[in-house]
Amino acid sequence: MTALPLILTVFVACAVEAVEALTIVLAAGLTREWRSTFQGMALALAALAAIVAVLGPTITLLPLTALRLVVGALLAIFGLQWLRKAILRATGHKSLHDEASAYLREVTAAKAAASSSRGRVHDWYAFTLAFKGVLLEGLEVVFIVITFGANQNNVGAAVIGAAAAVVVVAVTGVLVRAPLAKVPENTMKFAVGIMLTSFGIFWGAEGAGVSWPGQDAALLVLVPVVALVALCYTLLLRPRAVQPASAPASEEVTSS
Amino acid sequence: MRRLKSIGAFWYDFVVGDDWRVAVVVVAALALTAVLVHAVGVNAWWLLPVLVFAALGWSLRRAIRS
Repeated sequence: MTALPLILTVFVACAVEAVEALTIVLAAGLTREWRSTFQGMALALAALAAIVAVLGPTITLLPLTALRLVVGALLAIFGLQWLRKAILRATGHKSLHDEASAYLREVTAAKAAASSSRGRVHDWYAFTLAFKGVLLEGLEVVFIVITFGANQNNVGAAVIGAAAAVVVVAVTGVLVRAPLAKVPENTMKFAVGIMLTSFGIFWGAEGAGVSWPGQDAALLVLVPVVALVALCYTLLLRPRAVQPASAPASEEVTSS
Repeated sequence: MRRLKSIGAFWYDFVVGDDWRVAVVVVAALALTAVLVHAVGVNAWWLLPVLVFAALGWSLRRAIRS
């Protein structure tokens, strides 16, 4: 199997999380202070890099069968979470993640918070806001980087995908200087959910001792089948009588 | 103790998420697959996808009804 599916999956997953982290970083930086915000962000990125550096090589030491069983189970559970949420949002049963309103909430809270300095950090609120935002959003990416990278024995390629997404989102954020509300987050989460679930099923079953018909080529069937099932659920669960003007599935309408 | 609990709650929410039943079905499906492969000698590659799709549908239905 080539590294391309690995890089693309990690890139899209990381881009979704990076967009959410960017919203928090912008709220902290623009309303409080950039220096403390960057300090918090840098510390969180260093912590995430350390987790990958320690867990990545460690997890590859496990026997491949056990690794695939555990990682497959985790990926399937994790992927189904993403897919479930994306389907509920696409069918209007859960509100879409709205970066613009999330940004407004963070800005309001940041403006109301008192300012205090600790050590080399001038604004502790901006520092902790950026640190927590980047760390929490980044943990999901770290999980995907480690599990995908370890299973394909190519943590480096997964890191490249994640780093590329962070750079793309960060550069776009600097140019736009506003939360990236137009990014189709739900569609991206839907796609990543499909990939995580497919790889989770594939590796989990292999770890349980299954031989897939066609070996690795089975993934070429499994991914479209998972996508098809997810699309069928989306169509089935869509409310029957929806007015076109208030259709909740259109991300551009509700999240921009 | 409170900190430990909040760390535990974070990791539970991180891995298991909104519906623990999905996690239970996935783990049970993998265990059943392993039993079929190793004890019965059936190459049950189809079992996990079928149960995963059923779990997703069940979970979505529960979420919408609630």
